[in-house]
Amino acid sequence: MKGVARYILAVSTVAVAAVAHADVGGDATRGEDLYRQCSSCHQIGAGAVDRVGPHLNGIFDRAAGQSEGFRYSSGMERAATGGLVWTYESLDAYIEDPRSLVSQTRMSFRGFDDQQDRDDVLAYLRLFSDNPRDIPESAPTAVAVDHEVAPEILAIVGDPAYGEYLSGECTACHQISGAASGIPSITHWPSEDFVIAMHAYKDGVRLHPVMQMMAGRLSNEEIAALAAYFEDIE
Amino acid sequence: MKLNRRAFIGTAAAAAGTFAAPLLVRADGHAKPRVVIVGGGAGGATAARYIAKDSNGEIDVTLIEPTRTYYTCFFSNLYLGGFRTMDSLGHSYGTLAAEYGINVVHDWATGVDRDAKTVATAGGYTIPYDRLILSPGIDFVDGAVAGWDVTSQNAMPHAYKAGSQTELLRAQVEAMPQGGTYAMVAPPNPFRCPPGPYERVSMVAHMLKETNPTAKILIADPKEKFSKQGLFEAGWNDHYAGMIERVGPDFGGDNIEVDPNAMTLSIDGDVTNVDVCNVIPAMKAGKIADLAGITEGNWAPVNAADLSSKMDENIHVLGDACAQGDMPKSGFSANSQAKVCANAVRGALTGSTVFPARFANTCWSLIDTNNGVKVGASYEATDEKIAKVDGFISEVGESAEVRQATFEESVGWYDGITADMFG
Ligand SMILES: Cc1cc2nc3c(=O)[nH]c(=O)nc-3n(C[C@H](O)[C@H](O)[C@H](O)COP(=O)(O)OP(=O)(O)OC[C@H]3O[C@@H](n4cnc5c(N)ncnc54)[C@H](O)[C@@H]3O)c2cc1C
Repeated sequence: MKGVARYILAVSTVAVAAVAHADVGGDATRGEDLYRQCSSCHQIGAGAVDRVGPHLNGIFDRAAGQSEGFRYSSGMERAATGGLVWTYESLDAYIEDPRSLVSQTRMSFRGFDDQQDRDDVLAYLRLFSDNPRDIPESAPTAVAVDHEVAPEILAIVGDPAYGEYLSGECTACHQISGAASGIPSITHWPSEDFVIAMHAYKDGVRLHPVMQMMAGRLSNEEIAALAAYFEDIE
Repeated sequence: MKLNRRAFIGTAAAAAGTFAAPLLVRADGHAKPRVVIVGGGAGGATAARYIAKDSNGEIDVTLIEPTRTYYTCFFSNLYLGGFRTMDSLGHSYGTLAAEYGINVVHDWATGVDRDAKTVATAGGYTIPYDRLILSPGIDFVDGAVAGWDVTSQNAMPHAYKAGSQTELLRAQVEAMPQGGTYAMVAPPNPFRCPPGPYERVSMVAHMLKETNPTAKILIADPKEKFSKQGLFEAGWNDHYAGMIERVGPDFGGDNIEVDPNAMTLSIDGDVTNVDVCNVIPAMKAGKIADLAGITEGNWAPVNAADLSSKMDENIHVLGDACAQGDMPKSGFSANSQAKVCANAVRGALTGSTVFPARFANTCWSLIDTNNGVKVGASYEATDEKIAKVDGFISEVGESAEVRQATFEESVGWYDGITADMFG
């Protein structure tokens, strides 16, 4: 799938997304070689400054058009006003075809057609941005890709053994004894209620960031498995 | 996971729904496979409990941990702020021994013989393993802060391993003169609990605001940025205006020297007299990882799918000690990694099904009374590392109700994770 299309799709398919699986970030060493094509305009690393193009340190998570003192094109300024932020997806789209993401950008680069090239260059740029290990809220290194969804969600019969394994993700917070303090009990729910609640988080109807994240990566089968396990838990 | 003979047999047997255990009788005649776990903290206690619980007696589990009571680092800042008692942070290993049949050995592991597959202890025992799991947490890098070493930790506590150090730090804050200065030397990346030092500053500020409102807090920080920075800085502005000053690397926060006798902190040659100096030095994997010969630099590199060491497929490393990729060094991460590892180790030793690895972390911090914030992410195993997939963070300017609910949730999490570790 083309980068731009995927970027737009990622925003619009929240309600139907099933498992978000991730392409691995690329090979930074190879990316360093490819980056030579960028280096006549963009500096990166210790002491990097703006030249023909802005420096690229800390580019991930940075709002577009924010390198102080750099004179951006009006196209980039417009995109910045519109709220463009340099995420993995938007950078991927930009370096694939700069003008299709930011019309009238001054960046005259024709783009990297190949997804692997883009992944590798981004992996190289990533070395000069925040590490999620140290700043956990910083940008993902993996690219989310959406899958199609099976229709008859409620009819799925869950596998409690798989649910037991998956429940490890829940029991860091929810107590297996059913005790509840600041976090509700999830034991002995009728499985249909459990499935509906999880899909409500997944679809963004129930609002809780932790649960939206946890449910968001569970497939329909996995939700059914968890429901089956928690319904009959001893 | 590497496709060695044992894993292959196990996987095939599981897929066919047949038995695998008879093929796995130990070469030395010991009937059951043996897992030894060093370190009974967030990673080790969880791994021990899950292996014992899920293997239904098919695996012998030994947990080596010197302390009788494990004091959680998580929520130890809340003790400093007066929101928790020290007792409420202490947990014993009784249930793991009595209900899960885990052999809890209160001793220090002093060495690993990887050829003989044994662990030596300070008490003089030699304990054999088929798989060894190391979750020893952190130790400090020698000489990381000029003028500080472990002999000065009573004058200038780190309080980065919970218990007596935390009590000492609180006693020192309580004894500060009116208008005195609390200084913190923050650690460089990577370190245990990225928001930990800054939650601590919030909690110390909370206590000082009540008892010593003219006191000052000075942070010398070698890092340009830190976790939840926007949330903490907005919180400090709202709740502790004028009390907290942070000196980053641009102004010498990375050029520090302390004198524990004179109680001074020098930032880029500028000497300040302080009343409390909380020195949190640079960190490395707990010493036993080094002794086992599985570290590279300060940390132990591992494969993301099962937390096995990149240097020895029979050893797994969990939690703060390992270099795994994007996950922060947190109790939640260690607990999450432990479950993936437990599932993989059990599969390798008994042929049980090994499910795909998945990881998550959420980390709550308290800024002031009923004012909690959080950050979290989900991760997956790639060939290269544990890679972040998705995440969220609290917003600046949330309502008081949201912040209170977040704090209450963190209390629920504490109860949940400690039950998940200790049964
Ligand atoms: C102030 C502070 C606040 C924190 N807040 C949070 C939080 O809110 N949320 C969160 O998720 N995390 C938090 N953390 C981080 C969390 O405490 C650690 O990341 C977590 O404990 C790591 O687990 P571990 O198993 O790697 O190590 P530990 O939990 O430290 O366990 C290691 C164990 O190994 C034992 N050990 C070491 N060497 C040996 C040996 N040679 N032989 C036998 N045993 C040995 C030790 O005695 C110890 O019990 C905080 C940390 C600090 C310091």
